Amino acid sequence: MKKILNLFYTFLKIGAFTFGGGLAMLPLIHRELVENKKWISDKDMLEMIAVAESTPGVIAVNSATYVGYVIAGFWGALFSTLGVILPSLIIIITISFFYDKFLAIKTVEYIFNGIRAGVVVLILNGVLRLFKVSPKNIFSYVLIVLALILSLLLGLGTIYIIIIGAFLGMLYSTYTLSEVEYYEYS
Amino acid sequence: MNILNLLLMMWTFFKIGLFTIGGGYAMIPMIEEQAIAHGWITELELLDFLAVSESTPGPFAVNIATFIGFSQEGIIGAIFTTIAVITPSFIIILLIAKFLTSFADNKTVQGILSGIKPIVVGLLIGVVLNLIFKGITTDSFDINNFSLQQIDFRVIIIIVIILTISRIFKKINPIFLILISGALGYLFYGLLGFMF
Repeated sequence: MKKILNLFYTFLKIGAFTFGGGLAMLPLIHRELVENKKWISDKDMLEMIAVAESTPGVIAVNSATYVGYVIAGFWGALFSTLGVILPSLIIIITISFFYDKFLAIKTVEYIFNGIRAGVVVLILNGVLRLFKVSPKNIFSYVLIVLALILSLLLGLGTIYIIIIGAFLGMLYSTYTLSEVEYYEYS
Repeated sequence: MNILNLLLMMWTFFKIGLFTIGGGYAMIPMIEEQAIAHGWITELELLDFLAVSESTPGPFAVNIATFIGFSQEGIIGAIFTTIAVITPSFIIILLIAKFLTSFADNKTVQGILSGIKPIVVGLLIGVVLNLIFKGITTDSFDINNFSLQQIDFRVIIIIVIILTISRIFKKINPIFLILISGALGYLFYGLLGFMF
């Protein structure tokens, strides 16, 4: 019980002090859970990152759920997850109360005209970061172009495009794998 | 309060949570498609909110679910859409932690991810192109009756400046980029607004 409350509080802190989300919180998790409390090992931490990145959803939330479960079972998972999202929930609800009135001010409107342009650059940089962790081969480049064509030119739904990508990735990996095996045995 | 709208929002964010792999910005194409199609948010509001989300703690996906939930159905909406967006991963992670060891090393999982990652890159490039196009063209834009008056050059100028800064100072905190672009916005739209 004490451990669960402690997990809740730890992830509450992590959620309240991570700007930029996701991977930005990993150093904090490491310091709190591996170095200070010694609840998980470095190996657990690596496993957690691998799982959080390869499953759907928000990396921060996935990490909290996984670590919570490893340390204290279902209730650990539940309270770690609640802890990590509670700060943003409260902060965003608070901001939402003032948001419309705030944006109606003329000066703020000018400022946000600039910010919108700046945010496009932030997204662009996000694309570059994702590109860096994507596989670097012809198959991967073909998929990038395919996604562009399907979404922009043909207007296919995002979910279907992602499913197509998952399916092609699975096919490609079994194909390349069997090719390697073929060479090994021939 | 509109229960049907709340359920529709929860279902939509459940799907978004289920089909976003790689976290954070990987979610933008789906939010752009789903939330804008339902009229919960416009493209401009999405950009505004991205700036808010970058400047506040917490993951973007959770923040945007809370924000849209609140704007539609108040605090109840905020809480339930937020729960909806994290539910799929919560269940999936629990199952993996309980039953699957070395999940991430699995060949099939690796294959699926090697397909999804580039797809998401492609989708995001599409979003960026779309946003730049919407940003630099004014409401009166008409491809058949094109004139330079329909282009907002200030957006191009700000994008180029911010892009240059972010390429030179690679470690710069995004919050600073947002502050600088806000200042540039005030300069070009407020102080120098008469020139354009």
